Amino acid sequence: MGLATFKGGIHPYEGKELSENQPIEVLMPKGELVYPVSQHIGAPAKPLVKKGDQVLVGQKIAEAGGFVSSHVICSVSGTVKAVEPRRMANGSMVNSIIVENDGEYRTIEGMGADRELSALSKEDILGMVKEAGIVGLGGAGFPTHVKLAPKDPAKIDYVIVNGAECEPYLTSDYRLMLEEPEKIIGGLKVILKLFDNAKGVIGIENNKPEAIAKMTELVKNEPNIEVCPLKTKYPQGGERTLIYAVTGRKVNSSMLPADVGCIVDNVDTVLSVYMAVCKSTPLLRKIITVTGDAIANPKNFNVRLGTCYQELIDAAGGFKTEPEKVISGGPMMGQALFDLTIPVSKTSSALTCLSKDQVAEMEPTACIRCGRCVSVCPEFLVPQKLMKAAKRHDIDMFQKLNGMECVECGSCSWGCPARLQLTQAFKEMRVAVRASARKA
Amino acid sequence: MKKLLNVSSSPHARSNVLTQNLMFDVAIAMVPAAVYGVYQFGLKALCILLVTMAGSVLSEYVYESLMGKPITVMDGSALVTGMILGLNMPPEIPLWIPFLGSIFAIIVVKQIYGGLGQNFMNPALAARCFLLISFANQMSAFKLDGASGATPLSVLKNGGRVDVAAMFVGKIPGTIGEVSVIALLIGAAYLLYKKVISIRIPAAYIITLAVFVFIFGEHDLGYAMAHICGGGLIFGAFFMATDYVTSPITPNGRIAFGVLLGILTGLFRLFGGSAEGVSYAIIIGNLMVPLIEKVTLPAAFGKEGKKA
Repeated sequence: MGLATFKGGIHPYEGKELSENQPIEVLMPKGELVYPVSQHIGAPAKPLVKKGDQVLVGQKIAEAGGFVSSHVICSVSGTVKAVEPRRMANGSMVNSIIVENDGEYRTIEGMGADRELSALSKEDILGMVKEAGIVGLGGAGFPTHVKLAPKDPAKIDYVIVNGAECEPYLTSDYRLMLEEPEKIIGGLKVILKLFDNAKGVIGIENNKPEAIAKMTELVKNEPNIEVCPLKTKYPQGGERTLIYAVTGRKVNSSMLPADVGCIVDNVDTVLSVYMAVCKSTPLLRKIITVTGDAIANPKNFNVRLGTCYQELIDAAGGFKTEPEKVISGGPMMGQALFDLTIPVSKTSSALTCLSKDQVAEMEPTACIRCGRCVSVCPEFLVPQKLMKAAKRHDIDMFQKLNGMECVECGSCSWGCPARLQLTQAFKEMRVAVRASARKA
Repeated sequence: MKKLLNVSSSPHARSNVLTQNLMFDVAIAMVPAAVYGVYQFGLKALCILLVTMAGSVLSEYVYESLMGKPITVMDGSALVTGMILGLNMPPEIPLWIPFLGSIFAIIVVKQIYGGLGQNFMNPALAARCFLLISFANQMSAFKLDGASGATPLSVLKNGGRVDVAAMFVGKIPGTIGEVSVIALLIGAAYLLYKKVISIRIPAAYIITLAVFVFIFGEHDLGYAMAHICGGGLIFGAFFMATDYVTSPITPNGRIAFGVLLGILTGLFRLFGGSAEGVSYAIIIGNLMVPLIEKVTLPAAFGKEGKKA
């Protein structure tokens, strides 16, 4: 049977068995919580509170700083301790609001109230999504209210819910699909209300048969929603690869999914839209998989935004062996952390703790031109030639070889028998190309 | 200060495929052909293989030591070069000739151009051609069961008939490794199964050659089959034309390369002075690789039909 998929891609060790059968546990934070003002793509948010202010659960503590930006919502009640730069998972210091949790979780007025979807207009929905501070929770962090307001909503014919979860080790989306599928479908219905001509498709990799079965059962009476099983292959959950797998349409770096009539949102994003619109609850929490061979009890946590990563590690029983590497996210696209004093942000998805760091052990050797990088690249690039351009820092050649189409998925580096750091070189070049474009 | 964790750019995971695994897979895949060669041509054949393998590895080690470069003999590429060269030797050749060939392959063709990954010709084949030109008599003296014999392709060229079934099994005169089609196909199947090589180059090569000789030679299927089974075509198509370093990296380029080799081999065999042509076709094809890659660069995803 021809499962929906894309050309290229790889089959890395999945590691999902560690945590896939662990139900989501609610973890309440202790001590201070840290809210960086830049947890999304776009302009940083502007703080609305100062040291000494009392804040409540659901209170907007920083306001979107531009059109493409997002509010920051407080996830506990307590006192603002400071507004100062703190380190984020990507290594940068970002201005952050630090709140001392009083443990009472007093909420703003009206939070949690039921709302009737049929009574809401499209503008109401978009406004609620914006006020809830929702961004793409799959990792990119693009503000959802901007994504849901394309130039011509009538041209959108697919709303794709991304339940692929192709990144190894991660099981947070899987657990959500098993435990709260009704809310995901509820969120999809909210989004479909914005697009008159669209149908909803929930894409799930076929290594999650229970999730596929559950979702299929729930949508069998929904004429406008279907489940699309996807071949298990990395990076199936990438936006461009997912759109291609589901619709056969192609998006390149100079296009938006809306240009081919598609809106793609992660399952947790869709669920958060439901909570914001139908339950008057802003984005307060993330589902985080704490996993890896160095962790005592791999688990999935429902944790308040702003919680320190160290608390998650402790709640999972700490390390059973000394980890060499702890990754915020999964091993393919996650960011390695040198320290665990990092807050859970809107784009956090997992903590993968590895007792052995494969990358530190390896020694790059000469390229033998085997072509593995070419056959795995989901963007049909020739990484071997891009690497040559990158070595010479040849910005023109890099662009000519379509280096800006690279999605940094890491497939080429994964499969390289010479252990070359292809993806790393391309990331540097892409930064250099963007910098030179700004200068010009 | 407490110990910091390791930090590096993603991805943080790697496959278990390493250059040396690939090289040893290629070496393993040539074992059936080597075993058949030794079985058919005797211990002399084994000596030749040992000389070329040892000669290649030693040349690489000595050159890299003298030049103060990192020693790379453990990557297995010199071993593979030696093995290919040995399998390309006639079974009665004096041992110093294959030894000289090993030195030429590794030092002149591979190392002087920068070592692994930098040579533009297949080292073993370039060395074979060097020996063919330098020692034409010794290099084309073939014997089977103690009697001198012409290779099936020479017989065909002179208007004779050949036994395709014998060619398939390997009961024919020829170089040590090229004679047994069945042994070579077992190795080729292993390489394809392990995904060490793709089918593109060999398939394009073999099909093109078959069509070429069918059109320009005799319009006869048996004749075309004899051309496929003879003259080291199977050995060349699966083990030499697919050499990573000297074949195109682009998917369509691999097909174009195979077609080019098929045409060149057909031309050399039917219209050239010699009955054989695989070695020359491949090294000339090697020279065309940069050009082939340039014109077969794939269009990026979503950018088909648009100029970059």
